[in-house]
Amino acid sequence: MTRNRIAVAAASLLALTLGLGVAPASAARTDITVGMQLEPPNLDPTAGAAAAIDEVVYANVFEGLTRFAADGAVLPALAESWAISDDGLVYTFTLRSNVTFHDGTGFDAEDVKFSLDRARSADSTNAQKGLFADIASVDVVDPVTVRITLSKPNGSFLFNMAWGDAVIVAPETAADNATEPVGTGPFTFVAWTKGDNVELARSGQYWGTPLKLDKVVFKFIADPTAAFAAMMAGDIDAYPNFPAPENLPQFAADARFQVLVGSTEGETILAMNNKKAPLDNIKVRQAISHAIDRQAIIDGALFGYGTPIGTHFAPHNPAYLDLTGQSEYDPAKAKVLLAEAGVADLTLSLKLPPPSYARRGGEIIAAQLRDVGINTEITNVEWAQWLEDVFKAKNFDLTVISHTEPMDINIYGRDDYYFQYADPAFKAIMADLDNATDPAKRTGLLQAAQKKITDDAVNAYLFQLAKAGVADAKIKGLWLNSPTQATDMTGVYWEE
Amino acid sequence: MTALREPGAFSAALRHPAFLVGLVLTGIFVVAALVSLVWTPFDPSRLDIPDKLKPPSATHWFGTDHFGRDMLSMVMVGARVSIAVAFVAVGIGMTLGIPLGLYAAAHRGSLVDEAIMRGNDLVFAFPSLLLAIMITAVFGPGAVNAIIAIGIFNIPVFARLARGAALSLWTRDFVLAARVAGKGRIRISVEHILPNIANLMIVQATIQFSLAILAEAGLAYVGLGAQPPLPSWGRMLADAQTMISFAPHMALIPGLAIVFTVLGLNLMGDGLRDLFDPRLRRQRR
Amino acid sequence: MMRFVLGRLVSLGLSLVAASLVIFLVMEVVPGDPASFMMGINADPAAVEALRRQLGLDAPLLSRYLDWVAGLLRGDFGISYTYKVPVSELVAERAAISLPLTLYALALSTLIAFPAGIIAAARRNSAADVTVMGATQLGVAIPNFWFAMLLVLVFAINLRWVSAGGFPGWDAGFWPAMKALTLPAIALALPQASILARVMRSALIDTLSEDFMRTARAKGLSEGQALRRHALRNALIPVLTILGLQFSFLLAGGIIIENVFFLPGLGRLVFQAITQRDLIVVRSVVILLVVAVIVVTFVVDLAYALADPRLRRPAP
Repeated sequence: MTRNRIAVAAASLLALTLGLGVAPASAARTDITVGMQLEPPNLDPTAGAAAAIDEVVYANVFEGLTRFAADGAVLPALAESWAISDDGLVYTFTLRSNVTFHDGTGFDAEDVKFSLDRARSADSTNAQKGLFADIASVDVVDPVTVRITLSKPNGSFLFNMAWGDAVIVAPETAADNATEPVGTGPFTFVAWTKGDNVELARSGQYWGTPLKLDKVVFKFIADPTAAFAAMMAGDIDAYPNFPAPENLPQFAADARFQVLVGSTEGETILAMNNKKAPLDNIKVRQAISHAIDRQAIIDGALFGYGTPIGTHFAPHNPAYLDLTGQSEYDPAKAKVLLAEAGVADLTLSLKLPPPSYARRGGEIIAAQLRDVGINTEITNVEWAQWLEDVFKAKNFDLTVISHTEPMDINIYGRDDYYFQYADPAFKAIMADLDNATDPAKRTGLLQAAQKKITDDAVNAYLFQLAKAGVADAKIKGLWLNSPTQATDMTGVYWEE
Repeated sequence: MTALREPGAFSAALRHPAFLVGLVLTGIFVVAALVSLVWTPFDPSRLDIPDKLKPPSATHWFGTDHFGRDMLSMVMVGARVSIAVAFVAVGIGMTLGIPLGLYAAAHRGSLVDEAIMRGNDLVFAFPSLLLAIMITAVFGPGAVNAIIAIGIFNIPVFARLARGAALSLWTRDFVLAARVAGKGRIRISVEHILPNIANLMIVQATIQFSLAILAEAGLAYVGLGAQPPLPSWGRMLADAQTMISFAPHMALIPGLAIVFTVLGLNLMGDGLRDLFDPRLRRQRR
Repeated sequence: MMRFVLGRLVSLGLSLVAASLVIFLVMEVVPGDPASFMMGINADPAAVEALRRQLGLDAPLLSRYLDWVAGLLRGDFGISYTYKVPVSELVAERAAISLPLTLYALALSTLIAFPAGIIAAARRNSAADVTVMGATQLGVAIPNFWFAMLLVLVFAINLRWVSAGGFPGWDAGFWPAMKALTLPAIALALPQASILARVMRSALIDTLSEDFMRTARAKGLSEGQALRRHALRNALIPVLTILGLQFSFLLAGGIIIENVFFLPGLGRLVFQAITQRDLIVVRSVVILLVVAVIVVTFVVDLAYALADPRLRRPAP
């Protein structure tokens, strides 16, 4: 029985590798089924941190004053244009006048005031409340003009307003957005079959460029094997963040599919508890950085998809500095540094959250650290536990995590942040950055910040997470990169 | 126990084909587990990423996994982990369950008896895997917590079985004789009842052992068993899942290891039951 | 008889109270705060506090327990923290998959096990018996999630007869839905069928050796006729008991299989809810499953009592 099964498996495997599958012929379709790994807990991007929420609704159902383009640039969205006062404190937005919410009510300056005031209020449950911290007041000038006054200049205010957490909602429907989202975007919400899919349909009254798609179904398939099979069977047309990089070569070899490899904002790091002995010793942290072979982790954990980084900054950003040479793989040097630090018989805890980059990467890191004489005790944790144990209680030595928010080097200036750096000199750089609006000066400060954290070996910097997706070869217009967590379907179409 | 000391029991065992097959299969894995304590072909935690996903070959008999680790070495250490977890878990079930069952039988109909039996029902009523997941959610994943989770479900199994078997013995003449002689209930349970239910318990332990190995594999598969770098069969299967279409050996080898171990234990358990029970042995002829 | 039933009812009630306490307390000590999980790593502490208040997580322990139990008694299972919809709605949606899947698996396992068990018992020690017994040994030894992986590899990835997972919903029609449940049902049924076939065989063999069977054969019935007319009916009691137990086991025990095939069933709901710290969902679904098992056990106990002459005689 068992032997037969192996034979069947082997035979069918052969059939698979020979590419016997034939794609069904299809004319230009107007519907698309998109695979996602995680189901959003709710559909309100202003009340929850889950990336999956934005991956369904950002730019599709909800829009903000500004928005991210596929290349990360900040573009006008519900605000047609804006003027900034010379002191950088007053932003006057001119809104589009032909916008309606999906429930038929009109969009105007009152909605903007409502949304921003709601997000920054005392009982706000907005996960990114910090985005609105500098807003002093929001004033309605007329139905299509809104004036926002800041308490201090903020060079990234327009960028902040492009986040999913800053989308504009209507007062009438805001309370129910978690289950029945009503926005201004090109798609309206149709149905949510919990545990399986969310269905969107083209909105009849969209202000922007007409769409080519009539229907979008986001289907949640967490299991990579099921996702692979569903793609192969044609049950899913596109899977923008495919969870198993090991399967991508098979898709690439199959003419029915295209593999889309781009970048994300995810700096993946081996975070260290900077206040816990012996990790409070810079030599130990440097030793760990030198013990790690980034390429082996990228090859072993992500099958080659990923870009090595030497600091906490995205390589595709113009201000990026390549500092990988400062912590190149050098086990001998790591051993010397450990000896200089007077550390022997070191055992560190290594807590790994669920994504495979962390679980697999962590196993490889553990082996690499063992080679220089550092033992690790691996614990696989769920997200909830990671947040409680690592992030809140700081009960860890090492952890592997990808920081996926765009431009988040400022976390190194936060007091009481989980890796416990909060260096005064670094904070000074961040303060200067907040007040700087001149692009050249900002770049200089950002590079100084990158240099500073690498010099201090705060964390071991591993790689920039790649966005590796797969789609039917006939689908065009999907985002290649991921400047924010989104699956913008506005420009997507089937080629005839 | 006693049955094996009977004249001819040893040769009967040798003539029982299922028992022999079971013994050999189980033996292979026990030996592999023991050998892994002192020697494995390669270091099972040594990574060799350029050499990853290699099918079985002369160097790597069972091939290599996605990190280039030697799968034979991992299966050997995995056997050790599985067997150790199952052994301790069943041990917990026996050392707590049998005394509870004996005590309940000795005080049949009492409030304590009722409490013990209802407590058993309660544990049985919990969906086992869910409770195991809840336990590991509280205490964190790891081999020790897997043992506790599996062990808890073995307590009522042995308690029930011991109580049932003991109850039927309490009506027997030799027990009555002991009571007449003035022996206490606990003493009778230990001196007269326990030796007579030992065979039954050993047979059940074999079956529970195989179930515990399956349970451990299931827990490890969902990430709640032994933590890396300690290899475990269930986690090897979980790792293999996305690679099954291009590296099927990664899924087949640990899967077959589980199947053969469990099969071996079950065959051995059935064989032991036949050998211990002369009535059944006669029936077979 | 009445006293027996009453006694059992009292202990049933006590079991339920004990179960609800155990579940509630376990969920209390689970590390991880639902609010901070929902708000993520860059969350503002004030926003997390606001959410905790909104979810009612700041109330004292005892009052939350009593609220929960009182809600359960009214049939109100609470509102899911993450999905923000009533838990009863979620349970109903998920049960619409788990329940049919369980029944499908049980039907398959019965269809395989009954003939196999009967043939094995009727032709004891024949080649057929040895084959059936060998197959059942293998059946109980194969981990069902591994079997599921192999089924997916062969039938979904390579042969593409069925999709590898997911559920189209009953709206898509009866047959597409059944098709999606077929592989999972097979994976679940394999070990159950093996157990059932073994029980069937030994129950039949036991009855075959009893006096009334010898009488039946002495009356001139062939072995096959005797088996069909008398033995089957008598062997059915232990078999039905096992079926009852398997039903409740499968209902909750499908978690791993539901994960492999990505079926949005009850097991996966609980599993996800545990990782998302949607404690209210975990509590309510687990207590429902426990109640189901306790009630099934109670019914089986009663059935046994009815079948037991010692208890039947004093009954009215």
